[in-house]
Amino acid sequence: MEYILLIISAILVNNIVLTQFLGICPFLGVSTRISTSLGMGAAVIFVMALATLVTFLINQYILVPLNITFLQTISYILVIAALVQMVEIILKKVSPPLYQALGLYLPLITTNCAVLGVAIMVIKRNFNLVESVLFAISMAIGFSLALVIFASIHEQLEINDVPKGMKGVPIALVTAGLLSLAFMGFAGLVK
Amino acid sequence: MNQKSNFLKGFIRENPVFVLVLGMCPTLGVSSSAFNGLGMGLATTFVLLMSNLIISLIKNFIPDKVRIPAFIVVIATFVTIVDLVMAAYAPGLHAQLGIFIPLIVVNCIVLGRAEAFASRNNPLSSVIDGFGMGLGFAFALTLLGSVREMLGSGSIFGLKFIPTNADGILIFILAPGAFITLGFLIAIINQLSKPAKS
Amino acid sequence: MAKRESSLKNMISTLLVITLVASAALAGVYNLTKEPIAAATKKKTENAIKEVIPPFDRLERFAVMPSDGPDSLILYKGYKGDSIVGTAVQTYTYKGFSGYISIMVGFNADGSINDIAVLEHKETPGLGTKMAEPKFKDQFKNLNIAQLTNQKVKVTKDQGTIEAITAATISSRAFCDAVQRAWENQKKGGEK
Repeated sequence: MEYILLIISAILVNNIVLTQFLGICPFLGVSTRISTSLGMGAAVIFVMALATLVTFLINQYILVPLNITFLQTISYILVIAALVQMVEIILKKVSPPLYQALGLYLPLITTNCAVLGVAIMVIKRNFNLVESVLFAISMAIGFSLALVIFASIHEQLEINDVPKGMKGVPIALVTAGLLSLAFMGFAGLVK
Repeated sequence: MNQKSNFLKGFIRENPVFVLVLGMCPTLGVSSSAFNGLGMGLATTFVLLMSNLIISLIKNFIPDKVRIPAFIVVIATFVTIVDLVMAAYAPGLHAQLGIFIPLIVVNCIVLGRAEAFASRNNPLSSVIDGFGMGLGFAFALTLLGSVREMLGSGSIFGLKFIPTNADGILIFILAPGAFITLGFLIAIINQLSKPAKS
Repeated sequence: MAKRESSLKNMISTLLVITLVASAALAGVYNLTKEPIAAATKKKTENAIKEVIPPFDRLERFAVMPSDGPDSLILYKGYKGDSIVGTAVQTYTYKGFSGYISIMVGFNADGSINDIAVLEHKETPGLGTKMAEPKFKDQFKNLNIAQLTNQKVKVTKDQGTIEAITAATISSRAFCDAVQRAWENQKKGGEK
């Protein structure tokens, strides 16, 4: 039961993009087509879950016992960079069209604040291994959700009449703001 | 290289936040007050300066294929230094900025400048570029933070200008307010810096 | 500009060297800042204790593990001579809007609350941060939780007596949670 609450709150209440402000760059950049968003979302779920798992273990069995937690940032980012490389190689073999579609955005998962952010968050919140991985997967689902919703709206925005000064990034941000406002409605969902 | 123009470009013409649209995460996450925005901006400036300098100095020793991981390690080192020094000497600000300090590592601005500039230019130009971009970022963050703080809390840098028990327009301190304010700010700044043409 | 070629040997050695130098530099800075960081935390705790309980001559420190974990609470019993003047409890909650909140609750010898100091939090400036302001905090002064319904302190939305901060119900609830935890555990002796 606890786990279900954890998952729901991670996806909706504390949505990583719309309330925690992590993962904005890809959010603004990739969410132009629903199909790319889904692909990106899937890649992020995989990387985030795996990254959180590995970094959690590194923290627990290496950094803390040896008293070198100040190396946390460096070790975490290296793990993430390596994982993203792996995903790139796998994706190239398994699904070349998706690999092409994601293009530049795939290596950018390394610098996706969401991935590093979640890895650090689970340590700060004192989760155990299972909770950490569940949290990571849920956060990534929340990220994908935000991405897909936004992509659907974006496709509409392109067709509509936006005042010249607001075209592009400004209107995207305002839309994100309204989405964020909508998600705030979930705040009372999990006590 | 005209160093003056190199330095100034970070403020308006190529402002990382308003024009290049980089570094969004900390921009939105930390700008609920002017003080936080400024603190974050200055911390990032330090990292930018130092990482640009070091990367520019060692650029010839780094084989091309590993340059991104190498840059990241350098950047991560300086971020950790900022994190430790802040925790020691500015604990209040450190607590407020929280998770966003380690996230300076993945701030696209820092890696972006390393890749686009420091790895191709001499140390002096790189330092000035880093400094200018950093201050431009700090400027953007402080501006956004001030607007949100004024509208949302009725104060600026902690000094309230509305009656003590009154509240501002709270939405601006929350997530939606961040997105919306930034959106409008970018629109306004883009309009202002456009040369007059129909 | 000639860069070193990307042979496997070069790539690995470069990364290794950079990482080693980086780690060494960090170890150095870490050692330099270790003391100031510990001192800053210690000072903050001491100031908070002085703020929340009546004046004392000496302190005795205990750790208590609450039934709902995960971290232990630290109890600081203030003595004047041989009698207890108050107990400061360093308590916490993970239910804050942005997660972890840590506060110092000062209890009088009779179990009523003397005062509260906020230690650590990441709540939203202008909203959750208001929990440190007298308008919210002072509601807890002289409150004896033993005399409340069900012996629980809650916000008015949960049929309690504490008025939550406008638009910061979650922070307010979390605050109550931390205070509740402190009260429930302050009677226990704990281990030194």
